Amino acid sequence: MEGFPLLTALIAVPAVSALLIAFVPAERRDVIRATALAGSAITFALSLWLLGAFTAGEAGFQLTEALPWIPEWGIAYTLGVDGLSLALVLLTTLIMPLSLLAAWEHADRAKGFFAALMALEAALIGLFLALDLILFYVFFEAMLVPMYALIGIWGGAARRYAAIKFFLYTFLGGLFMLVAIIYLYFAGGAVSFAYADLLAVPLTGAEEMLLFAAFFIAFAIKVPLFPVHTWLPDAHTEAPTVGSVILAAVMLKIGGYGFLRFLLPYFPNATIEIGPVILVLGVIGVLYGALVAMMQRDIKRLVAYSSVAHLGFVVIGAFALDATAAAGSVVQMINHGLSTGALFLLIGFMYERTHSREIAEYSGLAKAAPIFGGLFLFTAMSSLALPGLNGFVGEFPILLGAYQTAPWAAVAAAFGVILAALYLLWAYQRMFHGPVEGRSAQMTDLTGREIAVMAPLVALMLGIGLYPAPLYERVNPTVEQIIAEVQDHRDAAAVQTGHADEQEGQ
Amino acid sequence: MRLVAQAPLEIPDIAWSAIAPELVLFGVGILVLLLDTAGPNRLRSSALAFIVLAGGAGLIAWETGAFAGAPDAQVALPALVALGGLAQLGLTWVWQDRPRMLGALLTGLGFAATIGVVAWQWSVYAGGALLDGRPVLATDSLIADMVAIDGVALFTRLTVCAAGLITVLIGYSYAEERRIHRGEYYPLLLFAATGMTLLAASADLIMVFISIEILSLALYVLCGFAKRDLNSQESALKYFLLGAFSSALLLYGIALTYGVAGTTNIAEAGRAMALVAAPRALSLAAIGLLAVGFAFKTALVPFHMWTPDVYQGAPTPVTGFMAAATKAAAFAAFLRVFAGGLGALQWSWVPVLWILAAVTMLVGAVLAVVQTDLKRMLGYSAIAHAGYLLIGVIAVSRAGISSTLFYLLVYALMSVGAFGVLALLERRSRKAMTIADLRGLGKRYPVPAGMLSLFLLSLAGVPGTGGFMAKFGIFRAGVQAGQTELVVVAVVSSVIAAFFYIRVIVAMFMEDEPAEAAGLPLPTDAGANVGLAAAAAGVVVLGVLPGGLVELARQAATLAL
Repeated sequence: MEGFPLLTALIAVPAVSALLIAFVPAERRDVIRATALAGSAITFALSLWLLGAFTAGEAGFQLTEALPWIPEWGIAYTLGVDGLSLALVLLTTLIMPLSLLAAWEHADRAKGFFAALMALEAALIGLFLALDLILFYVFFEAMLVPMYALIGIWGGAARRYAAIKFFLYTFLGGLFMLVAIIYLYFAGGAVSFAYADLLAVPLTGAEEMLLFAAFFIAFAIKVPLFPVHTWLPDAHTEAPTVGSVILAAVMLKIGGYGFLRFLLPYFPNATIEIGPVILVLGVIGVLYGALVAMMQRDIKRLVAYSSVAHLGFVVIGAFALDATAAAGSVVQMINHGLSTGALFLLIGFMYERTHSREIAEYSGLAKAAPIFGGLFLFTAMSSLALPGLNGFVGEFPILLGAYQTAPWAAVAAAFGVILAALYLLWAYQRMFHGPVEGRSAQMTDLTGREIAVMAPLVALMLGIGLYPAPLYERVNPTVEQIIAEVQDHRDAAAVQTGHADEQEGQ
Repeated sequence: MRLVAQAPLEIPDIAWSAIAPELVLFGVGILVLLLDTAGPNRLRSSALAFIVLAGGAGLIAWETGAFAGAPDAQVALPALVALGGLAQLGLTWVWQDRPRMLGALLTGLGFAATIGVVAWQWSVYAGGALLDGRPVLATDSLIADMVAIDGVALFTRLTVCAAGLITVLIGYSYAEERRIHRGEYYPLLLFAATGMTLLAASADLIMVFISIEILSLALYVLCGFAKRDLNSQESALKYFLLGAFSSALLLYGIALTYGVAGTTNIAEAGRAMALVAAPRALSLAAIGLLAVGFAFKTALVPFHMWTPDVYQGAPTPVTGFMAAATKAAAFAAFLRVFAGGLGALQWSWVPVLWILAAVTMLVGAVLAVVQTDLKRMLGYSAIAHAGYLLIGVIAVSRAGISSTLFYLLVYALMSVGAFGVLALLERRSRKAMTIADLRGLGKRYPVPAGMLSLFLLSLAGVPGTGGFMAKFGIFRAGVQAGQTELVVVAVVSSVIAAFFYIRVIVAMFMEDEPAEAAGLPLPTDAGANVGLAAAAAGVVVLGVLPGGLVELARQAATLAL
């Protein structure tokens, strides 16, 4: 099927199903959720098609589509996919139908709920595929509204506070990025807002630093990087289960995606200069996230802080400026999406039955619900990077690559791996071992639907862990190209300073 | 002593077509007033009006030679005038016992007809000139250089009429239920709109002053229309006093300008003041006074004090109309005088307006955060938006002008829409709305609550809505003009503003405890529904596919720079 706008279809199908839901009467919950599931299932099928149509081993953008949008302002509707976006699009399209299945019995204002989820999926896919910076920005902020609604309307007790905090943090970061994009556009001669046209814009050192900072804030908030991570635990704790799953599995990846897609290629000199500082922040994220996670009494909050730690690895991988580490960081994003998403799903299943997330109120869950216990242990093992499972194949290359360029960061971050084992296994021990007491008595084992939701995730965790090559084959060329560009700049800068040294010496 | 020999009075060639939109608005205003005062003799008055219009049509036809086989375009005009006369006669005949409905219908038709006339003017002038090889609207000064026909004038007229049309739709039942639906309501609305469109087309400072007076006098009365309501009285009195004060300052500025330049024509005065020989101090004083006069009208901090009180007290549809249309007209004149006429002197006024813009954006947003009354909050938000708009003026560029025009149109839709939803809610609970009164609205009435959310998100500038595109255009023009710092201030202000907009959404959708009035039934009324749906559709379409209007705004940005 030559010429079929596959990428547009990937965005349009969920958007249309969100629109269709708006026209279904509110009391027809069966139709509403069926529409949503059908939309996300078709999107998933399309993404598999995308996987087939994608040529592995190529670095550039493929299957590009372009249409004029606002020519007067230099804005076009341009989409394209490369190894980096392919991985994240597949993650999104996989997580969405699973989340919908997990939320199948959701009853409170179901119409708005499912419509918001589908709108969110459309915006997320659009964000990863957009090759025009304004289009990217539109998806970046448009995603905010459904997520804000998900947290604020269907969230927990402190949801209003969490929703407003989430909205303002992201909005603030985004607007600074918008100004930086516009500045970059004019600095580049006002050609267009296309991704390629804004590459290699001649900038003075100070300009590059400021623009780097503006982009960096937007994505650092998304990651979230210490010290702008404070919205995350609130948002996670208050969001409904699917909200947490999507937030953790997909939305946090926007930060890492932005680093690799925009920050490194656009501002190589600033990246080289500020990189070490960001590595420090990444290391702090890894250690601080792990230590704070250990102290949590609420299991969901524990997983939320573990996200801060895991994404610290992603940041280290991106800013170590080493191709192995960067590829590891992309794989780590996928892995974190799978394992943390699965953990949030499991916690959600438990909460629906027992209405508590206090670790201290549980004991002997493994006995009360053996399948649940087994899946939880498996997912925790994946999350703490047990060799043979997916977490390992992401974190290990990051440490390996970072050791080449910034050994201190690799050494410090390695402690994070140990701490992860500590907090997850300790929590597992407290909740799942021992006699069946407290809330555990109310716990029943997972239903067939819930097991069906978990099965693909478990399979992927094992599959990526044992045979990660297909993933790396697609991610590597893109990432290598990005890193090679930055390294060229570093070498050029080194040569220049070398010349300067020689001249001074003469 | 010898008197200076007086030059014989020269009667200028009056190009009626240049002020055709004003003629339509004013004519319909007079007609509605006439029909209202006629009482039982309504049909007879209408017949009289018909005879006048038909006669006028015949006269035009004779003048333009339509009877002697002139081209089709010249036949169309008298035919349309005659048709208008027939339409009003028919409407009067059908609705003669319901004068308010008749007034509303005629007013709506008047606004729609004006949009048609402007579209015709546009088609005549479009493509007449090229800039960078692309068509733009030619600029033309007519009627002794008093009235300009150019993009700024035409685009602003469209904005004003669109706002007026929606106001009529959402205001009908509101005025009916508050028992303030008196006969003068519609004529005053039309007269205000006449002043606004004329202001946008003023090529001379005297015309600027006259138009501001026309629109202000009508608005003073409209603000105090709910005369049993003390807030409304306060609103009218405050607006009147401060409006008179600002008019006086503006007039001083005009007088000084005349003193320096020897002319009140905006373009000529600008050229004369830019000369090296011009007295510098006097020029600066003139520019300063003009700036203060406009700052009052556009509600820039620190000349904004009247805005919250006036917005709060005026009947809600009137507030929406004021916020949308007055702003559009005043900024059009602002553009013409400063970015256009005084463009060569920008070193003198850009720094001052820069500070005003920064302070306006921040103060407006911060003060809006602490408001509980919704209309007051939107009043402060209007102040912040005036600050964003000022960036477009300060840019002194074609991009600045076109983005300001585009912003004004989008702003008109979203603010009329937001006030329209508020009007609906006020009718329900028969009192002014606070944020707390909105609790639980989303659960019971998702459609109006969703619409209000859409308008508020658009005001906040969230992508997918017209507000984002408008803001993007302004930011783009600002960065292009090298005003990146000011744009950063606008970003900070936007984030503060986002807080109070989403707080309203939180109250509507996310509070558990519904407000006391939450159980009351929401009035259903087709007019308001159509008006709000139109505004919402406009906001969404301009957010998703703004290309066409952006292009029109580009064509319209043809002030001499």
